[in-house]
Amino acid sequence: MSPAHLRARLPAPNLLVWLVFGVLAILCLILRDDEKWLVKYPKDWMLPIEAGLEFLMDWFTANFKPFFRLISDVLEWPMRGLQALLQASPWPVTIAIVAIIAYAAQGWRLAAFCIASLFYMMIVGYWDESMSTLALVGMSVPLSLMIGFVMGLLGFQFRWARRVIEPTLDVMQTVPTFAYLIPILILFGIGPVVGMVASAVYASPPMVRNLMLGLQRVPDNVIESGQMSGCSAFQLLFMVRIPAATHTIMIGVNQTIMAALAMVIIAAIIGGFADIGWEVLSTMRKAQTGQSLLAGLVIVLIAMMMDRISRGFAERTGEIHVRRSGNYIARHPWLSSMATAVVAGTLLSWAAPVFSAYPEAWIIYPAEDLNQAVSWFTRNFFDTTDAIKTYTLYFFMLPMKAGLERIARPGSWGFEMTTMASVIYWVILVAIGGLAARLGGWRSVVAVALLGILFYYGASGTPWPVFVVAVTLIALQVGGWKVALFAFLGMAFMLLSGAWPRAMLSFYLTATSVIICFVAGGALGIWAAQNDRVSAVLRPINDTLQTMPLFVFLIPVVMVFLVGDFSALLAIIMYAIVPAIRYTEHGIRQVDPVAIEAARMMGCTERQILWKVRLPLAIPEIMVGLNQVVMFALAMLVIAALVGTKGLGQWVYDSLTNARFGQGVIAGGSMALMAMIADRIIQSWAASKKRDLGLST
Amino acid sequence: MTGADDQEVKLTCRHVWKVYGPAADRFFTSGKGDVADAAGLIESISESGHIGAACDVTFDVHFGEIFVIMGLSGSGKSTIVRCLSRLVEPTAGEVILDGEDLLRVSRDKLIDIRRHKMGMVFQNFGLLPHLSVVENVAFPLQIQGVTKEKRLARAMEMIDLVGLGGRETSYPRQLSGGQQQRVGIARSLAVEPELWFLDEPFSALDPLIRRQMQDEFLRLQQLLHKTIVFITHDFLEALRLADRIAIMKDGRIVQIGTPAEVVMQPADDYVSEFTQDVPRVKVITAGDIATSADLHPATDDVVDEHATLEEIMPRFAAGSDVVAVKSGEGAIVGSITAQMVLSALADSHAAGDAA
Repeated sequence: MSPAHLRARLPAPNLLVWLVFGVLAILCLILRDDEKWLVKYPKDWMLPIEAGLEFLMDWFTANFKPFFRLISDVLEWPMRGLQALLQASPWPVTIAIVAIIAYAAQGWRLAAFCIASLFYMMIVGYWDESMSTLALVGMSVPLSLMIGFVMGLLGFQFRWARRVIEPTLDVMQTVPTFAYLIPILILFGIGPVVGMVASAVYASPPMVRNLMLGLQRVPDNVIESGQMSGCSAFQLLFMVRIPAATHTIMIGVNQTIMAALAMVIIAAIIGGFADIGWEVLSTMRKAQTGQSLLAGLVIVLIAMMMDRISRGFAERTGEIHVRRSGNYIARHPWLSSMATAVVAGTLLSWAAPVFSAYPEAWIIYPAEDLNQAVSWFTRNFFDTTDAIKTYTLYFFMLPMKAGLERIARPGSWGFEMTTMASVIYWVILVAIGGLAARLGGWRSVVAVALLGILFYYGASGTPWPVFVVAVTLIALQVGGWKVALFAFLGMAFMLLSGAWPRAMLSFYLTATSVIICFVAGGALGIWAAQNDRVSAVLRPINDTLQTMPLFVFLIPVVMVFLVGDFSALLAIIMYAIVPAIRYTEHGIRQVDPVAIEAARMMGCTERQILWKVRLPLAIPEIMVGLNQVVMFALAMLVIAALVGTKGLGQWVYDSLTNARFGQGVIAGGSMALMAMIADRIIQSWAASKKRDLGLST
Repeated sequence: MTGADDQEVKLTCRHVWKVYGPAADRFFTSGKGDVADAAGLIESISESGHIGAACDVTFDVHFGEIFVIMGLSGSGKSTIVRCLSRLVEPTAGEVILDGEDLLRVSRDKLIDIRRHKMGMVFQNFGLLPHLSVVENVAFPLQIQGVTKEKRLARAMEMIDLVGLGGRETSYPRQLSGGQQQRVGIARSLAVEPELWFLDEPFSALDPLIRRQMQDEFLRLQQLLHKTIVFITHDFLEALRLADRIAIMKDGRIVQIGTPAEVVMQPADDYVSEFTQDVPRVKVITAGDIATSADLHPATDDVVDEHATLEEIMPRFAAGSDVVAVKSGEGAIVGSITAQMVLSALADSHAAGDAA
């Protein structure tokens, strides 16, 4: 089917609809000063959603609290036990066992890395804290895998279960991390069990998804050969499907472990377990830069160890197993070497107390030196860093936030926002619009106009009807009425629940960072796609950035730029730029080589090939990357609330510290809705692009 | 004639239908599929937006016979072989194996039949990637609960049979396509099935390997005498391997017959499209054209009834006027003159030109 034909089937709003919208928007903007309700959604029009949620939760806790407290007590025992075991066992035993596991997963390099990392934790004096974190992860991962396995199997076997599970996963993966903690905190009571339960729940979606995906992807002929061998349903599942899907399942295990670790670190905010996350958080709050750097590095090392080990096992699933012969020890080398390590380590610790617990006197804790280094750096480079911060704030962030009309002052922009100046602004905008019309048609004009309005009035100064209608129309345009309805209802929820002003603040910060990520990450991605050396340098950096728990990003940013929106922006960018780089590079690299050969034979220069062939064909993939950027940015936004941003993230954080369930649900729900609206719009845009290019069936 | 008609029937496929679509069942009042007006029903199926993947398919497969179902992609041949084993549940019809309707047996009974009576080879091999060659071959036995020692011994036997001895500890992805399919064949034979399904077993292989595997397959059949349903889209492969061929188009069978029958008397234009370029001398056998009028020809020249005309013609070129034709058991069943050979070739060419 031709693209034109496909598009004809969608009820896409045409130019006329946008013109009507334009008139409406101008009307709203003119009436804005007289009709205050256009900018500030009136309280009288809101629904008592928060009170209703509080009421529900009160009823629920009143009836079920003892039950949850019981679970909490039951879970606390093994967790404390594991913590005690890990902290009490002689360090040579722990290090040897981790090293053996690492060797089994990926070989001696990884083993060496793990040994070095564990030694670092010990020498710096964070051994006990690290072991507490390990205990939390060690308890939550099996729980999470169990939940994930059962859910995944149900979802795979029964269509009705899938109908429930898939949307639930969507919500679970978009609800901000802090928001998980609120209901669990209320039900289970303050304590480390909250973190464990939260991470067990939070980390299960990747397992569910990968299990379902893996089982579905087993080739038909493998299933049929199992059936023809006379497998019963049970045998088919456990002897054919699951073994054949091991690789995908193991990737799910890897993701689950990483998610569990991330949540365990975040849950440290509740306190009470003396783990490494708590150490980072408390030192960061006290502005002890050196201390938080040292502790932050522990988190990074734990994350890298866990990721490499579990990924190593995932990658080895396809490997050939050489059957070992001989006696029991020869046949089970891993088990027997671990047993040896336990025995030898224990004997050593009896022989010399040094091997039982690392002596305090030997701890090297260079926090003060680091602090001095950091303050030296900030003193000497203050002018530079402050200039970067000020320029970005005044010329980009603040206009997006509060609007150019309120930000433009002689002190910053060099002129007062007089009538004359605003007329000049609109004239320039019309000129750009005209250029856009020539280059990209009326759709580009609409895009320019929307951005122009946003930049002039700011996220908080744009009348809400204009914003709601614009987003709904965009959704209708790219995704059809279902997406449009979803977007409209989502925004209606934010208005009715009173979350709107904060949502707009979050929108501004997200949009700003997404734009920067997309432009900078896209450029890096293009560069990496053209240059193998750049690609080889970027890949490990990206890998590391992606495995790090979100907390860690805040440390260096706060160190240099102190708290505030700009620090949040930087932290978000550091985390969310990765998919922009990756997907752009992958998208460009995977373009059909035949198309490129054809272009080259037509006499295209390399530059022409890039702009006329590679990029257009890579657009669907780049769109997927953009989608990921938005999701990552929103995930980081909540964490960034810790460095003092305003908006939904801060609201979630606030409701967590005050145990306000209703507010937490509204704030967390609004963030999830923002993520899902963005996701639906971008996904359907990417899908229609893909159809137009004939890249999908 | 090969005389297949009077042999005992192993498997019967009777009025089998497979209709895909929202309300596929409504077309059939009884489960037997024996509708009065099949052509009319097919029309109403496609008019209502349903897809008739297999329509009123009927045939018998005899003991020890290689029955080839040949058709292009989308003709329904893979659907039919899956209906025979109930990998696909037919919408209507009967599949009778040893007098029992497979479509009406319980799930447990079906599993039992698959475990003991059926073996199947798949186009893309369908090997289990996590098991070694010997474990793959032993898998059907493992499913049945055969002890490890016994099943590995049996698997080794099968691996030797297909000529893969020495590769038993390899994993599927370490093997070439041809070797993987040998594993598939060994696995399907491990349970000593009476009924052997092969679904385009050689289509994924290179032409040279394909040829080798066909020879290998014929050699195995000489040893094992299984009852075989063989699916292919390659007409020449069908001619080479088949005792009888069923040609399918749009879910229906257009012709069933021996290779020679199909080549010499194509049922319609569709079949003759295939037969046009077939070298008849390689297909028509002595048995196909021998006359039983003269059972005592005055000649010492005796040929086997399965010998192709290409193989007999040198005898006539060397001066014989007539050759005797003997059956597999050695009895003289007829004779052929040079004239008969010529007219068989001339006839079929005329038929070919007419098409």
